Amino acid sequence: MQLKDRIKFDAGTLLLSTHRLIWRDQKNHECCMAILLSQIVFIEEQAAGIGKSAKIVVHLHPPPSNKEPGPFQSSKNSYIKLSFKEHGQIEFYRRLSEEMTQRRWENMPVSQSLQTNRGPQPGRIRAVGIVGIERKLEEKRKETDKNISEAFEDLSKLMVKAKEMVELSKSIANKIKDKQGDITEDETIRFKSYLLSMGIANPVTRETYGSGTQYHMQLAKQLAGILQGPLEERGGIMSLTEVYCLVNRARGMELLSPEDLVNACKMLEALKLPLRLRVFDSGVMVIELQSHKEEEMVASALETVSEKGSLTSEEFAKLVGMSVLLAKERLLLAEKMGHLCRDDSVEGLRFYPNLFMTQS
Amino acid sequence: MAMSFEWPWQYRFPPFFTLQPNVDTRQKQLAAWCSLVLSFCRLHKQSSMTVMEAQESPLFNNVKLQRKLPVESIQVVLEELRKKGNLEWLDKNKSSFLIMWRRPEEWGKLIYQWVSRSGQNNSVFTLYELTNGEDTEDEALQPCPAHHSRWAKLEASSESKLPD
Repeated sequence: MQLKDRIKFDAGTLLLSTHRLIWRDQKNHECCMAILLSQIVFIEEQAAGIGKSAKIVVHLHPPPSNKEPGPFQSSKNSYIKLSFKEHGQIEFYRRLSEEMTQRRWENMPVSQSLQTNRGPQPGRIRAVGIVGIERKLEEKRKETDKNISEAFEDLSKLMVKAKEMVELSKSIANKIKDKQGDITEDETIRFKSYLLSMGIANPVTRETYGSGTQYHMQLAKQLAGILQGPLEERGGIMSLTEVYCLVNRARGMELLSPEDLVNACKMLEALKLPLRLRVFDSGVMVIELQSHKEEEMVASALETVSEKGSLTSEEFAKLVGMSVLLAKERLLLAEKMGHLCRDDSVEGLRFYPNLFMTQS
Repeated sequence: MAMSFEWPWQYRFPPFFTLQPNVDTRQKQLAAWCSLVLSFCRLHKQSSMTVMEAQESPLFNNVKLQRKLPVESIQVVLEELRKKGNLEWLDKNKSSFLIMWRRPEEWGKLIYQWVSRSGQNNSVFTLYELTNGEDTEDEALQPCPAHHSRWAKLEASSESKLPD
């Protein structure tokens, strides 16, 4: 580079801040110029030599379009050289390197007065190049995180409120239970209906309605529709596990939990639907058609057993074409009604016609 | 003359050897067991037994049918007999018992009836005479195990003022 091409500013003081490099004319303090540290790509040292002073070469990004007016409108060079005639180059280089590493200008918004025609709000990162894009993405991510936390803040507040509400309704329900006599029938019913509409199960009505919430009521009606056909195919009775499998297979998505199924089934009779839930002494739960009379089936079971002399549950199930579980329940019911008696030995459990009663 | 023992139909019915859960059925079952035990003991002239013996005896163990009444159920049958007055435990542990196929009061009645019939009120009889004497041979008083008749005599005397 020719000497005459150089643009030179002599005798000044170089100042370093967290954001800028400032040169001020020693004599004329009005003459002052600055370069943002963010404009700097990298810096390098040039050692002093004979007739040469130590220098720092500061390579710069291409000037942005919204650059503040400076000493020259444009320049061929993409760097500036800082020449230390007297002393201070080493120290200055060290400090400048530090600032470049720390990049504190990124975290601190530049003061308003310097950014008058900049447009964007304080704190906005001025960014160019890939680094700039990365910084923008990071900024966006932080913003999103903040938004999400704020949103969840509301949700956790809501949840706290909801918990309070549930506690309140529970305590009121208990008060109703305790003071059954004092509160009028009418008020109690009204209050219970409020609770039901809120979807909160009232412990007082659990026995009668099976924790009847709107959801379970609707579900019960739905079940009645789904199960009518299959029940008729299977002789009017199905175990609850069979029902569970059937219903969930049909639904495909939004599967029913066993609990929901049981609660809905408990409401079948109350809602006067054509099916009912029945619990046998052994604890086995079945769904049967209202028209199905298990007690009548017992008479035919007795006939079958009598024909064969005696039968186990498995043999009976096979003969009649029922599941073993339901077959056993039927035989047990027959025993309960006094039509059959049992022979329990190492060979297994067999059922005989109850000759104790029929024979003298 | 020893009669061959005729087992009742229940003895060949497998459910007889399972204590029935149905209350009504059980009642019938236990009644059948009680009468079986009593007639068995009477025929075999067995007035006392231990529980261990009972378990293995053909009474509760039908080898041909391959069924035996479990010991807990035997206990239930024995308790029924005790309640009816046909059984007394000989020890606190309930390991052996006395079986009275005629209850003491029944004996008492019979003795009294015999005594009245033979017109021997107000005379004194020894226990031996009563149970083994010629006069009583064909009567229902035979066979009466000695200790039974002791009970019976007490009953008879309290009932009808027979001298001891």
